[in-house]
Amino acid sequence: MEIINKFQLTILSRSANEGFARSTVAAFASQLDPTLEEISDIKTAVSEAVTNCIVHGYQNEFGKIYISGEITSSGELRVKIRDKGCGIENIEKAMEPLFTTVGGERAGLGFAVMESFTDRIKVRSTVGKGTTVLLVKRIKPRFGSKNG
Amino acid sequence: MLTKTQVTGEVVTVYLKGELDHHTARRMREAIDAAVELNMPSLLVLDFSEVGFMDSSGIGLVMGRYRILSKTGAQLHIQGLSPAIYKIMRLAGMERLATLQSKA
Ligand SMILES: Nc1ncnc2c1ncn2[C@@H]1O[C@H](COP(=O)(O)OP(=O)(O)OP(=O)(O)O)[C@@H](O)[C@H]1O
Ligand SMILES: [Mg+2]
Repeated sequence: MEIINKFQLTILSRSANEGFARSTVAAFASQLDPTLEEISDIKTAVSEAVTNCIVHGYQNEFGKIYISGEITSSGELRVKIRDKGCGIENIEKAMEPLFTTVGGERAGLGFAVMESFTDRIKVRSTVGKGTTVLLVKRIKPRFGSKNG
Repeated sequence: MLTKTQVTGEVVTVYLKGELDHHTARRMREAIDAAVELNMPSLLVLDFSEVGFMDSSGIGLVMGRYRILSKTGAQLHIQGLSPAIYKIMRLAGMERLATLQSKA
């Protein structure tokens, strides 16, 4: 499978960048001619991953969030979202629906949303080093589309 | 302004506007809670007609408001949902806490 396009973006972990990050990834994905639903799925999944870097990874400090994206010849979008924050102790547990370490106003549904709105998600994390989330979304070819 | 509030008898309707994420949720939450505290409604209506995006921060916001309302037995109705926001509300099981209504 061939990678036909790439981007890289580094942002500071400020909450004002959540909208910027998801809109940028959606703009990159638009070259695959996604449906409105696919675009909104991508935006939502990216928003979850980026928010997690800000809320959990860096907590009360500011750090860098590294976002990169690739498009493959088979019409797949792959987005990697990485922080150098606190890391996750137990990934399996963290990914359980309703599990949260913050409580209060967090639902503990971020990973469940990422799983449900993409085709594949992979999480790698080391305590004290940081977390990487890979989101893969297949954009279905549409009639009349370049990727069809 | 991210919100507009309308009071009719025992019904408080809060119209939300913009994108609902971790960045904007706090201000929306404060506006809703202020309106609820002031008017003590028996029904809170959250209108999402002008909300273009929502992630799980919005689910947290709905769950938190439900918790406050259930202390006084007040009901929650959520209306004006776009297909995308309806999808995430259903994924989170919000139909168990509130009545959900799609955009006309
Ligand atoms: N980038 C990260 N760095 C450190 N911990 C993380 C990171 N992402 C997720 N976690 C941990 O995994 C838990 C579950 O994440 P998830 O996104 O599912 O829920 P949440 O963020 O707590 O709540 P919600 O996303 O519904 O607002 C978090 O509470 C946190 O403990
Ligand atoms: Mg989260």
